[in-house]
Amino acid sequence: MHPAFSVIFLTTLLGVAQGLFLALVTGQYYSLANLIPAQDSATFYGMGSFLVLVFLGLGLFSSFFHLGRPERAWRSATMWRTSWLSREVIALPVFMCLVFLYGLAHYMQWNEPMFTIGDDVGIDLTIIIGLFASIAAFVLFICTAMIYASVRFMQEWHHWLTVANYIFLGLTSGFTLAAAFTAWRGIELVNFFGFWAAFFLVAGLVTRGWSLYRNVTLKHKSTSSTAIGVRHNAVVQKSQGSMGGNFNTREFFHGQSEAVLKLVRYTFLVLVFAVPAVLLAAAWATASPYLPMIAFAVQYLGLLFERWYFFAEAKHPQNLYYQSIA
Amino acid sequence: MTQLALVIDLNVCVGCHACVTSCKEWNTSGWAGPMVDHNPYDADPNGTFFNRVQTFEVGEYPATETVHFPKSCLHCEDPPCVPVCPTGASYKREDNGVVLVDYDKCIGCKYCSWSCPYGVRELDEQEKVMKKCTLCIDRITDKSKPESERKPACVLACPTSARLFGDVHDPDSEVSLAIREEGGYQLMPEWGTNPANHYLPRRKTRIKIHEDELQRVDNPLHEEEREETVSVGASIDDVAF
Repeated sequence: MHPAFSVIFLTTLLGVAQGLFLALVTGQYYSLANLIPAQDSATFYGMGSFLVLVFLGLGLFSSFFHLGRPERAWRSATMWRTSWLSREVIALPVFMCLVFLYGLAHYMQWNEPMFTIGDDVGIDLTIIIGLFASIAAFVLFICTAMIYASVRFMQEWHHWLTVANYIFLGLTSGFTLAAAFTAWRGIELVNFFGFWAAFFLVAGLVTRGWSLYRNVTLKHKSTSSTAIGVRHNAVVQKSQGSMGGNFNTREFFHGQSEAVLKLVRYTFLVLVFAVPAVLLAAAWATASPYLPMIAFAVQYLGLLFERWYFFAEAKHPQNLYYQSIA
Repeated sequence: MTQLALVIDLNVCVGCHACVTSCKEWNTSGWAGPMVDHNPYDADPNGTFFNRVQTFEVGEYPATETVHFPKSCLHCEDPPCVPVCPTGASYKREDNGVVLVDYDKCIGCKYCSWSCPYGVRELDEQEKVMKKCTLCIDRITDKSKPESERKPACVLACPTSARLFGDVHDPDSEVSLAIREEGGYQLMPEWGTNPANHYLPRRKTRIKIHEDELQRVDNPLHEEEREETVSVGASIDDVAF
């Protein structure tokens, strides 16, 4: 596949936003159980939610560049019964609305407990909205990943590992951003978020590594022989019916050499996993406020490489019809 | 239910591209048009086509055979490109099974092209919507045309009659008969898309001639058995019976 930057930015920005939001809610639930100190509603959760919305907005903005006819984008919510793309189009604004309400409730200090669990755990509006928004965040993760995992012709994607990768990579980048955010605000939760970022980083490394291995050893179902229905092992394409390429050659080929692919693969493994892990550990050891920010910047850059590689490594069976121009 | 489809005989196709040009001619100015070209007479010619003829070489030199392979939308009975469309622009007609795109609803997200293993959908670079073979829907359903012309342009254009058109669900149709009796097959059956279009396989064309067919049974003069006795310089009187 040809990696499109609109989709690369869309999926990585959404992942960061969802991860950051889940980090905020995780922090709030932990403080509810008195495991970590409670944070200020307006400055921490309000600002945090605003940051989530900024990332979601940027992602939504970049998604329009993928469409040939962005002015008709509103139509894309209609086929939610069958299309994961349509489901994502619904899940994204729902999540944005819930994040907005979550941030608003915190900013307006609507902290009066509506009811209490046990003796002293007061459940206020933000906790309830946070719960629903968290569910929406996971639904959005699943929708985004299933857009790719549901295409059965792309055997590299058609696996639950695709969903796991989107979730874990989104979570680790979001929690790293949460660590950077708290470091910037001077809040004592850097190591809390840093720990979870490292946890999801390891989980993401396992699933992404697994999918890399799976894709290397994958046996493709279609061959030149099944493509044209001639039962012979030696089928060579001599012409493809166009001399200057066409949509099929532009959309489904990345046009890069094996060496470039290899370089991108190692680059993203280093930038997404190795460097942030070292930086988060160093931040824990030195309590430097800058290291988590650098960790996030490096990891996000790495995720761009990762997503590029995700598209490039998928081989579409239609490529069998476009092996040679003339 | 009717399922209109093409049956393409790879044993007959000579790779002349007449189907390609007639398709483009009909459809670029019809309901599905325009099919925009870029640099058509320049380096890097580019454009939208519903139908392309590709060429494959089978076997190893010197025992090779050239297979010309026309490829257009196969109008799958279970089209994977339809359910993935987020707007419902991609659909399969209930009455005749033709897979079409509503160009007014398409947002150009290309997701349907990802979900087609055959690579027969092309995004028009100017229209910015997905285009594909319509089986000349504006022609085959046009009641003002005589019955003989209610066929896709490619079928009418084919000089060797390599392309058949008809209802593959009607067991007595020309296409069903060809599929049944001449080994018609589907492309990439491993995906379970059940394409309606079929291809007739390449075969060795042999004519068997028996000895007695070379001999005339009713041949009282046994002309071929007569020895050549005429010598050079003989006059007509010398050879008269």
